[in-house]
Amino acid sequence: MNFDPRYSTRNFASVGTRPIRPDGVDKVTGRARYGADFNMAGQLVGRVLRSPHAHATIRKIDTSKAEKLPGVKAVITAADLPDLTDGDAAMYDILDNCMARTKALYDGHAVAAVAAVDVRTARQALKLIEVDYELLPHVTDVDEAMKHSAPLINDAIFTEGLEEKPVKPSNVTKRSQFGHGDVHQGFGHADFIVERSFKTEQTHQGYIEPHACVASVSSDGTADLWVCTQGHFVYRQHCAQLLGMEASKLRVTSSEIGGGFGGKTHVWAEPVALALSRKAGRPVKLVMTRDEVFRASGPTSATSIDVKIGARKDGTITAAEATLRYSCGPYPGSWAEIGAMTAFACYRLENVKTVGYEVLVNRPKTAAYRAPSAPMAAFAVESAVDELAKEIGMDPVDFRIKNAAQEGTRSSYGPVYGPIGIGPTLEAVKNHPHMKAPLGKNQGRGMACGFWFNFGGQTCTDLNIGMDGSVSLAVGTVDVGGSRASLSLVAAEELGIAYEQVKAIVADTSSLGYNDMTDGSRGTFSSSMATISAARNAIKILRERAAQMWDIAVDDVVWEQGHAVAKGEKHGNLGKLSLKEIAAASGTTGGPIAGHSELVADGAGVSFATHICDIEVDPETGATRVLRYTVVQDAGKAVHPTYVEGQYQGGAAQGIGWALNEEYIYGKDGRLQNPGFLDYRIPVCSDLPMIDTQILEIPNPNHPYGVRGVGETSIVPPLAAIANAVSNAAGVRMAHIPMSPPRILAAIEAERAG
Amino acid sequence: MAGVAVSTTINGDSVEYLCQPDETLLDVLRDRLGLTGVKEGCGTGDCGACSIILDDRLVCSCLVLGAEAEGRRVETVEGMAHGDSLHPLQQKFLEHAALQCGICTPGFLIAAKDLLAKNPDPTEEEIRFGLAGNLCRCTGYDKIVRAVQDAANVMKGA
Amino acid sequence: MVEVTLWGSLGAAAGGKNKVEIEAKDIRELFRKLAEQYPGIEPLIDRGIAVAIDGTIYRDTWSKELPKGSEIFLLPRLAGG
Repeated sequence: MNFDPRYSTRNFASVGTRPIRPDGVDKVTGRARYGADFNMAGQLVGRVLRSPHAHATIRKIDTSKAEKLPGVKAVITAADLPDLTDGDAAMYDILDNCMARTKALYDGHAVAAVAAVDVRTARQALKLIEVDYELLPHVTDVDEAMKHSAPLINDAIFTEGLEEKPVKPSNVTKRSQFGHGDVHQGFGHADFIVERSFKTEQTHQGYIEPHACVASVSSDGTADLWVCTQGHFVYRQHCAQLLGMEASKLRVTSSEIGGGFGGKTHVWAEPVALALSRKAGRPVKLVMTRDEVFRASGPTSATSIDVKIGARKDGTITAAEATLRYSCGPYPGSWAEIGAMTAFACYRLENVKTVGYEVLVNRPKTAAYRAPSAPMAAFAVESAVDELAKEIGMDPVDFRIKNAAQEGTRSSYGPVYGPIGIGPTLEAVKNHPHMKAPLGKNQGRGMACGFWFNFGGQTCTDLNIGMDGSVSLAVGTVDVGGSRASLSLVAAEELGIAYEQVKAIVADTSSLGYNDMTDGSRGTFSSSMATISAARNAIKILRERAAQMWDIAVDDVVWEQGHAVAKGEKHGNLGKLSLKEIAAASGTTGGPIAGHSELVADGAGVSFATHICDIEVDPETGATRVLRYTVVQDAGKAVHPTYVEGQYQGGAAQGIGWALNEEYIYGKDGRLQNPGFLDYRIPVCSDLPMIDTQILEIPNPNHPYGVRGVGETSIVPPLAAIANAVSNAAGVRMAHIPMSPPRILAAIEAERAG
Repeated sequence: MAGVAVSTTINGDSVEYLCQPDETLLDVLRDRLGLTGVKEGCGTGDCGACSIILDDRLVCSCLVLGAEAEGRRVETVEGMAHGDSLHPLQQKFLEHAALQCGICTPGFLIAAKDLLAKNPDPTEEEIRFGLAGNLCRCTGYDKIVRAVQDAANVMKGA
Repeated sequence: MVEVTLWGSLGAAAGGKNKVEIEAKDIRELFRKLAEQYPGIEPLIDRGIAVAIDGTIYRDTWSKELPKGSEIFLLPRLAGG
């Protein structure tokens, strides 16, 4: 494919408009089908038995009583999911997380599952399964887990990335390091140095739709899986590998997805449902309860971060250093590594060093959550940056502008930046009316910056032109928030036709080539690139057909605004041919007209945002109220601006919840104490103000329209912006997220006590 | 367990069903009657995705037993549009992009309908507190509030 | 010859070097030669490495050419939400 992804300026007809989404009516009438809304004839109900212990050896599982219960059609344990991972350690961890093999590693770890004729029978059967546990000491806190005295979660793990190979196993699975220059020397040139330690608690993505799937394995070795996922092609690969199937024999259909935010990029229940169906010989529907969603899926890392930043009197940062410790759950991950890469990415630094430590704890396996790892690092860094600006006596926005990265800056994670938007977002914030809004008593304003990489990845798209000239667009990235609308706009733009003429669908794994996970803010970036490429391939065919219809050379035909136009003096009398006319004649000019695209959409542009917020703190109770909130972010090019705003607002709201309230609370027994929306309280409508947005468009040079990912960056600044606002309102620096009323009150009282 | 015979009215239609005594109305609507527009987000009355109107009262159908619907009127999202003409709230949710993933949308529409029936001219604060029993994780509520405000204006004019 | 900068942990696997010179025309050749010269890097390549060429990150395009004089930076492959 000779597709040129480079950006070139153009005037848009469709891109940038705000039409109603094609899946909208189904979603407001209740017709749209999500994970749990699908049923198959003869389906059974699947249920999972989960460990109530944080850490225990599984001595024996006796399923015989459960198997004898009338109505039970299958009971499975790890023995029914044999290890077929062939030395692939990451896949083995996925398998072990789906069904514990020798040890239960966290409260909620699956140990067995049943399929029965109804829910009541399935629940009864779970109670009849006897598991003989030998309890082991556990550790759930990230700092505690790093101590030499901590219980070991996996004695086969030795810390990677150390200069000398360790001789003893450890809960620290990896050390990683980034940076350049000499921080020691840099701090020597500083007039002011701020050094502080921060903590953030574990949160959940909190999608409203629990994980749900329907699995049907046939005795001929083929299978169907209906599932809510961010990546049905990846789920197919993983499930096929874990069950010993050929990928092409497993057809995975992505249902409408009720929120993911990174949490639906990992398999949990799906291999279990397939194994149950295989054993029972009937379809199995498996839907997690909310309790299971909290205990066994999701969450993000809990962190402990030390930051040190030094600057001269004139406000130039001379050195910046951070040590980041991120919990991974009981399996190795690379979460601190990402935190270490993103921590100082907003700034132009001569001397910078970050070190990340991945830490095992007896909590659920950490999963990606919207710009994973970046919000916590930004919280620590942006809090310290604010404090440093204050010490120097500079305005926090001016201080950041002075040190902001720009085109040509060597990023703190290594490469040199191309054109980027951190400076423009800061300038926009400086001039934003929000900065001049009056503040009352006990009210404070905070601002902060955030960075996220954005990804591309493997992408495949089909564009089929019907005989009536309407266009079907089949994409393989999942629509998590309006991408069918934005991709229809892109197809319409490229073909020069009306948005309404395009119908986009998310194709299943048997109908389209492989697509990577819909993650890293890549949905619109990658699939729009593939859609543009597919449309251009279709236009090539449309031009050939028009040339045939006119009986002229194809080189004399150009495509303009949805029409084939003959160029050159000798064709002056030829009228235009519309897409519709060419499509109508396709049967006799060579058959169906389609454009396909298979590509790796690399070159996703990095993204920056700056947020402002005003918070009121009640000094008597520590309660907070969000008064105003503004998001300024670079979108590259906003394809459907309303949904871009929606991403900005949604990310901000999740960040607000994380900053002020959300946290996993573990008891001394290592059990999760708040696995429900009542006690794990996410923001509700009355907690929030309107969230103002400003979209900046600094084109991504590696996308034909200049598009950058927009989905994730908006969750990066809020923790810090709110911490800065609360600190300004309460007069005391808040270093522990969430800033729940008891924590704020304790900080205020400690300050009063001196 | 023996089933309970229930006669009720759902979205204006007479409906009869058998259900277990401990079966929730949510499960009856979804699993027995195929009304899967009513969503389950938590099963404990915390998220509002299963909101329905039961005799003019907004309830979480996961907290009501199927047997309790006997002789009462049930209204779900499936009953909001008339033929192919959408309810103003549905239309305004589309126009304002008040949904991203859409899983909470049926619950919000029902809760907003109930709110506007009781308070046709709500302030922003009244909308925010009126919809505080419904969780949305995608939108930050901004566009939902604006859609309800806009729908209220349209409905007042009607 | 292109000069390739390795991020911290990769440098440790390459015997403590943070810059290496390699004769390679594209990413595929770069990875092959890196693995030959520094066997410690091979498992990391298998796990996934991204290549930044003049600031643009490539995760999967192994056919991507390495222009002479360009800045090549190896990074860990990342997860996203």
